[in-house]
Amino acid sequence: MENAQPGGAPQFRRVARFVSPTDRGFAAIVYAGSALFALLILGLFIELLLGSWPSIAKFGPAFIWHSAWNPIANQFGALPMIYGTVVTSLIAIILAAFIGILAAVYLADFAPRWLAAPLSFLIELLAAVPSVVYGLWGLFVLAPFVRTSIGPALQSVLGWTPLFSGPIYGVGLLTGGLILALMIVPTVTAISRDVVAAIPRDLREASMALGSTKWETAMRVVLPAARVGVFGACVLALGRALGETIAVTMVIGNRPEISASLFAPSYTLASVIANEFTEATTDIYISALIQLGLILFFVSVVVNALARVMIWSVRGSERTL
Amino acid sequence: MRRSFIGRLLVLAVAAAMTLPAAAATQLTGAGSTFDYPFFSKAFYTYSQKNPNVTVNYQSIGSGGGIQQFTAKTVDFGATDVPMNPQELARAAQPVLQIPVTLGGAAIAYNLPGVTQQLRLTRQTVADIFLGTITKWNDPGIVKTNAGVNLPNMPIVVVHRSDGSGTSYIFTDFLSHVSAQWKARVGTGKSVSWPAPSAVGAKGNEGVAGQIRSTPGAIGYVELAYVIENNMSNALLQNRAGRWVAITPETVAAAAASKPEVSATNFSIVDAPGENSWPISGYSWIVVWKKPSDSVRGRLVHDVLAWLVGPEGQANAKSVDYVPLPPNVQATALATLRQMQL
Repeated sequence: MENAQPGGAPQFRRVARFVSPTDRGFAAIVYAGSALFALLILGLFIELLLGSWPSIAKFGPAFIWHSAWNPIANQFGALPMIYGTVVTSLIAIILAAFIGILAAVYLADFAPRWLAAPLSFLIELLAAVPSVVYGLWGLFVLAPFVRTSIGPALQSVLGWTPLFSGPIYGVGLLTGGLILALMIVPTVTAISRDVVAAIPRDLREASMALGSTKWETAMRVVLPAARVGVFGACVLALGRALGETIAVTMVIGNRPEISASLFAPSYTLASVIANEFTEATTDIYISALIQLGLILFFVSVVVNALARVMIWSVRGSERTL
Repeated sequence: MRRSFIGRLLVLAVAAAMTLPAAAATQLTGAGSTFDYPFFSKAFYTYSQKNPNVTVNYQSIGSGGGIQQFTAKTVDFGATDVPMNPQELARAAQPVLQIPVTLGGAAIAYNLPGVTQQLRLTRQTVADIFLGTITKWNDPGIVKTNAGVNLPNMPIVVVHRSDGSGTSYIFTDFLSHVSAQWKARVGTGKSVSWPAPSAVGAKGNEGVAGQIRSTPGAIGYVELAYVIENNMSNALLQNRAGRWVAITPETVAAAAASKPEVSATNFSIVDAPGENSWPISGYSWIVVWKKPSDSVRGRLVHDVLAWLVGPEGQANAKSVDYVPLPPNVQATALATLRQMQL
């Protein structure tokens, strides 16, 4: 401040350019903080690559499209796990986005205040339940329910499609997807509610003033305005679904096979690692498991990148919040 | 202000780090098999009650991890459900002693609503069910040995362990012994490619048990202690001697006693001869260095393990529903342990 002199803009700019040692230190800390994340990601990638190198060298790119997983014969292929991971996560995100966004709109715009606060709290509480608890509930309650009720009901209506044909074991792709949906719904709801609530009142009032009903305002004005944020919430939730391990392991049936039916047991990348890593003894076996980790890493990066691109394209083409 | 506070914390931490180990007894560390954990924690607790100068910290990280930690010399001993193979021994570089420490057996558990009698299955029938060639409960192969049981026309759901496990190893070893087809198509291992089209994998004994309980028509293999504690329906098997036997600590011990000369290279006791032998049985092992680099710790490890495989240590097995080593196998284990060069 001692440089400050009465007068015009040039002096003022010089003052602004002066950086105090405290600021410089603070900037360094902030930079270091973000650099740490970049280093972590890079380190993770390098470590995964090194660990999976024997497997990459032995199996080559065929690892990704081979579907045999037989540790005794040293045959390793990741395709069934990639399929299981993607399909369960897709089921989860479709259901969670649908339910979560509707719940968010209700909480932000429709619910009376005395109800909205406790409801929001309960939904956020769901996110804090440990995944092994979801897994146990899934195994003892949801899987039998799918086998005796949801499965037969779906099959009686949609049994002619390959998606809902075949025997119903209770555990399988559908149950895995359902449990994941339940686990990520709080993420979608909580973030979407905040985004929806942040949409300026003017927009709503303008829409109402033009004669829209509450429903029309929510669906045609508020949600479109909030779409980027809501989309971001879904991407975050999808990230959790892709990497979720224990709960899915307990209800997916753990069979490395690709089957068209959603009732069939399947396997996810994270589940194989959780199941087999502790007892894997040969080098190539461990390496193959680490390579599954590398693939999971790539799947997450690709999904996040795609979502990012979609957000950018939406932002580019429309005026949003 | 802040700096002096952090400084004080540091001093405290250093002081704590320096005083704690000095005050406590020597801590031996072991790592490996999750199967051994309940037995070990009970037995090692009893041991340190009697010998306050030693405590044993056992980490149940899985047999594979146990062998790795042992080879890297970060633990004093390892525990594994399957002995270290020549490849693993080569990696260890120095001579290793492998000692049988406890016994395990797998029961054939099932869920058949409306059937109250205990099912009787031949070894071949079990193999056919897990191969997927028998798919219904009223298959002639099952009906033949269960006269008078009203077997439903219900599809069989095969449940197996999805996590790599010693129990799976023992069970697939059994199937490989009784079925040439299984041996050729699948083989023996902690994780195998299960051929039955209805196969479902579940994590851990509790997962397999839960899956069987919630799925009518399910059949699977579950560790003995788990079956006893949870009172699950389990089948009688016809053993090699042609007798129908139920799984109990006694029948598993009988299988072990039929082969006292067990060693790390010849360890399989599945499908054992003997009238009372339960056919799906196996050992769990402890691995130690033949010549420990620290002879003081080595002496302590020797003493703990000699106690563990002897009558006093084995007496702890029963209370946690584990199977004590028969006396002749205890003698074999002690003889191996005596080879330690201290």
